[in-house]
Amino acid sequence: MRDAVFTTSLRATAGLSAALVVLIGVFLLMASWPALQQVGVLRWLTDDSWQPLSGQFLLWPMIAGSLLAALGAVLLALPLGLCSAVFCNFYAAPAVARPWRRTVELMAGIPSVVYGFWGLVVLVPWVRAVAPPGPSLLAATLVLALMILPTLAVSADAALAAVSGSLRQAGQALGLGRVSQITRIALPAARAGIVTGVLLSVARALGETMAVLMVAGNVVQVPSSVFEPVRVLTANIALEMAYAVGHHRSALFVSGLVLFALTVLLVLLAEWISRGRRPHVPV
Amino acid sequence: MPKICIALLVLLLTACSRGDGERLVITGSSTVAPLVNEMARRYAALQPGLRIEVQTGGSSRGISDARSGLADIGMVSRALRDDETDLLATPIARDGIALIVHADNPVAALSADEVRAIFTGQVNDWSAVGGAPGPITVINKAEGRSTLELFLAHFALDNPAIQADVVIGDNEQGIKTLVSDINAIAYVSIGSAEFAERRGEPLRRLPMGGVTAGIAQLRDGSFPLSRTLNLVTRADATVAVTAFLDYARSPAVHDLIEQQAFVPLP
Repeated sequence: MRDAVFTTSLRATAGLSAALVVLIGVFLLMASWPALQQVGVLRWLTDDSWQPLSGQFLLWPMIAGSLLAALGAVLLALPLGLCSAVFCNFYAAPAVARPWRRTVELMAGIPSVVYGFWGLVVLVPWVRAVAPPGPSLLAATLVLALMILPTLAVSADAALAAVSGSLRQAGQALGLGRVSQITRIALPAARAGIVTGVLLSVARALGETMAVLMVAGNVVQVPSSVFEPVRVLTANIALEMAYAVGHHRSALFVSGLVLFALTVLLVLLAEWISRGRRPHVPV
Repeated sequence: MPKICIALLVLLLTACSRGDGERLVITGSSTVAPLVNEMARRYAALQPGLRIEVQTGGSSRGISDARSGLADIGMVSRALRDDETDLLATPIARDGIALIVHADNPVAALSADEVRAIFTGQVNDWSAVGGAPGPITVINKAEGRSTLELFLAHFALDNPAIQADVVIGDNEQGIKTLVSDINAIAYVSIGSAEFAERRGEPLRRLPMGGVTAGIAQLRDGSFPLSRTLNLVTRADATVAVTAFLDYARSPAVHDLIEQQAFVPLP
């Protein structure tokens, strides 16, 4: 009896979660529909500028801004996160590894607005000293890199820790040095877990709003250098949604729809990689 | 197990239900919100059982929420437009928009033509307008904000023509961005600017058309770039709503209006 109740409630909650995601998608589509109908599909990529009040709906620079900032952040943070995980698993004494892991987890818990404010008062003046105006793609990328570093480090750490001891022992039995063990055995075996962590980090970087809003400059343009300001999709919604009515509002929901689609793609990719690629054992 | 679930559910539902007292929801302009917040706090102390919620989101939201009934009162930091005459506007104070620069910026004043040239990107260096050499950082407001509309209208500018280096949301974010950059120029509500100066933020208000951007000039009507702060309601407003409107117009809140660096209306 208890078993049946438990199973039923579990199924209900799982179904509810799935239904919620579908509902969010449906809602976004419905809210975007007026703008999609009026603007069509191509104009989001070909209009002159983003001036919703003057009927110009160029979304492409913001899609580019979002992707550039998120991917740049991962490129910066991934080597650091990997090094941290390798250090914890292969080099650090347990007395060092434990507090190290706790520190990384603590970093993951810092609210994003704190990163944003630090970025605005410390990082942006540094960038400005190199090339004005300061708020820029570079500043946004650096802040995002800091924010996703803990996520990357923790997931890589878990993936490496899950590599079975027998594989390691086999490596040692073959007389491999520590570096070879890491690069030839542990990292390839943990690849699926690491890649999944990377994709989740990209999703987090894409969805980050407050911190990016404070340091990116928010000018709608495809940047010609990393020192130029950009606007990301999330910041676009945060800046304008409270003030938007009618088609302007609907156009902002299209930004949300694009974000949603990007995130869904990333999650599907993560799923495919973690399922489809079994860690292959080097023979 | 199921019993606990049900008990929790009941608790949740009762927590969500409304209290016994009357509730007023006020949404809209982020310029007006801090002032209305203070008024609401004082008013609620006089009216036990009344709860007033003040939320920001810009003048457009104030209009649309008041229309749709999502809010009892909307806050709008400009005059009503021709297509908004279905709502009743109650003016509560005056505010001006000031151009602000960093306190260490030596520029004393800018003509209207210089302001246009700076914001449209024809002038990119402070040395061209009598300042110390340095690239000008133009801080503009996001689309849809009433401060932006007023600024554009006053200087006869078109938003697409503005070459912004940074786009900001509310006044506070603009001030934070400006004080971290000695070469920045922005425009914010005089109230917000004066508040920030009192807090010790290093910024300076530029005169406009030769008139100092201050409270006294707003009061005597000589400051050229000013606006009326309005509360908007639907024609069928309840007694509780009209009572609050009367309170917001009364001399009892003049000290609050002056505290926020706005000017009370006679």
